[in-house]
Amino acid sequence: MISADITVILPEIALAVYAMAALIFAVYTGKDKTAGLLVWTTAAAFVVVALWVGFGGQGTQTAFNGAFVDDAFARFAKMVILLSAAAVLVMGQEFMVKRDLLRFEYPVLLALSAVGMMMMVSAGDLMALYMGLELQSLALYVVASLRRDSARSTEAGLKYFVLGALSSGLLLYGASLTYGFAGTTLFSGIITAAGDHGLSIGLLLGLTFMITGLAFKVSAVPFHMWTPDVYEGSPTPVTAFFATAPKMAAMGLFARLVHDAFGNATHDWGQVIALLAVLSMFLGAIAAIGQTNIKRLMAYSSIAHMGFALMGLASGTAEGVQAMLIYMTIYVAMNVGAFAFILSMEKDGKPVTDIAALNMYSTTEPLKAAAVLVLMFSLAGVPPLVGFFGKFYVLKAAVDGGLSWLAIAGVIASVIGAFYYLRIVYYMYFGEATDHPLDRSANPVLWAMLMLSAFVMLAGVINLFGIDGMAAAAANTLVN
Amino acid sequence: MSVADITFYCFAIVVVTAGLFTVVSRNPVHSVLWLILAFLSSAGMFVLLGAEFVAMLLVIVYVGAVAVLFLFVVMMLDVDFAELKAEMAKYIPLAGLIGVILLLQLGMVFGSWHFADSAQDARAAVAPALDQVHNTKALGLLIYDDYIYLFQAAGLILLVAMIGAIVLTLRHRTDVKRQDVLAQMYRDPAKAMELKDVKPGQGL
Repeated sequence: MISADITVILPEIALAVYAMAALIFAVYTGKDKTAGLLVWTTAAAFVVVALWVGFGGQGTQTAFNGAFVDDAFARFAKMVILLSAAAVLVMGQEFMVKRDLLRFEYPVLLALSAVGMMMMVSAGDLMALYMGLELQSLALYVVASLRRDSARSTEAGLKYFVLGALSSGLLLYGASLTYGFAGTTLFSGIITAAGDHGLSIGLLLGLTFMITGLAFKVSAVPFHMWTPDVYEGSPTPVTAFFATAPKMAAMGLFARLVHDAFGNATHDWGQVIALLAVLSMFLGAIAAIGQTNIKRLMAYSSIAHMGFALMGLASGTAEGVQAMLIYMTIYVAMNVGAFAFILSMEKDGKPVTDIAALNMYSTTEPLKAAAVLVLMFSLAGVPPLVGFFGKFYVLKAAVDGGLSWLAIAGVIASVIGAFYYLRIVYYMYFGEATDHPLDRSANPVLWAMLMLSAFVMLAGVINLFGIDGMAAAAANTLVN
Repeated sequence: MSVADITFYCFAIVVVTAGLFTVVSRNPVHSVLWLILAFLSSAGMFVLLGAEFVAMLLVIVYVGAVAVLFLFVVMMLDVDFAELKAEMAKYIPLAGLIGVILLLQLGMVFGSWHFADSAQDARAAVAPALDQVHNTKALGLLIYDDYIYLFQAAGLILLVAMIGAIVLTLRHRTDVKRQDVLAQMYRDPAKAMELKDVKPGQGL
């Protein structure tokens, strides 16, 4: 039995063993001198495991009595998580080296965090869910305060840790109520115990507490307070990581929990998620208007985007899950490009995060400015860029799921939100002339990622690179 | 009411009271001592449940190690708890309101609580029957066999915690002198010291 189980989780085991081997290797050889090498090997390991998971897995398999599920949904989410993690990891290297922050533990911790994320999206049991979540978050708390001699960074780490612990507590409390009702922690057991005719009040409260805990992790309003401070305080490569892979993992976990364990009670959780979605979209759109720091702006932007992704989930249909997956994939691809640009923003070798520094950027670097223009239009959801299609899918899923009011609210919020994305474009093309422009960054990795991301936003218009078909297949294995 | 019931209520009241005093007591050392009392009473409740192995673990690990570690940390850290408390007092009205709302909700839940029909069987199906294997063996069977995946995942989490503690606290300082045992051993007495024959009454 156990060897069959191990075959199913082999990619996770391989990544965990890689992380431990890398740790031992670095400790016994050059310590921090090997960090640059480890960044690249870890990114390569992510890509290899992503391809292995994506092309190696077939059908739906469960392991360890159902605690681990390997299906098309998990594989789709894992591909997005690992590929974006690899991209963000190599993007941050130069930044970390320049600020003397590149420790060899950084790639190792991110690898372990990726293992946690893979466990999250494959969880088939409340305990497995919690283990994955903690493995992921604990590594992230540490990297958030990696710049330990900066008060901002340690504050970010501490805030993230305390609020993360609080949200874990809420999640565990909900899980214990659910277990108390159902007598089992397996998702398949919970859905049988819940029955077909509405949730009993204990299970409903358990579900609500668990949704609250997960809303903290995806930073949905009203549990978003930590996001701007943590995004601003953490070193920028770490912020870039926060904004991509963990968001996908938390969303995947969210979808898996509500559909696998509470799939009979779509109406009960649908209204909770719809409320979270509408609050997130509006707060993200309105609160970002006053921001001048681009990292805080991206934090509010991610809150708003999470609102849209939750809108797909709120409809409670397979179409909604498909829309959520497409939206998250596009969001992650746009954020990789946006952060590649933010990482390259420097004046006299020092990083700047003030958006006023972008004044007349188009005159110094027209090509990069054009790429950022494409990304910002895509983030705002302006047709015909790819970002528009993400919004289109979730809006359509919401309307088809009978949530037209939510779709209308989404359109209004997206119009409000467009203001601050377009303000960046305005600064770049029509801002005041400045005699002290940004440095001309020569980092090829950042340049390539920015251009690649912008190219994807343009070229994906044709057929979204086929991800809608993959997302549909993934969603159908989850919802049924 | 049987003896077991009375014992349960005694332990339960002590746990709740000790938990309350852990939070409100002025002296942080007293807080830790109250916490230890709470741990001990919960160990008593585990014994009542028939889980004597978990009860002993709670005493040995939590009271014996974790609480003592807490005590050390509390005594070594120079934190002005009075100031922290004063800061906290500002938020007490809001926190109290949320607490009362949560309490009312929980009251509503437990007032109309009922278990799923299959819950009792599902709970019993996981563990082997108590009269066939004893406690420790049953736990071992579960942890190392059924839950091996979760057990190993917990191991990874602890590894991350260890790496994290090292990353955030270890500093390689170059400006301090360290002991080099080999250098000490290979030091040549002839070069390191000089013998002088000091005649009485003359000095150097």
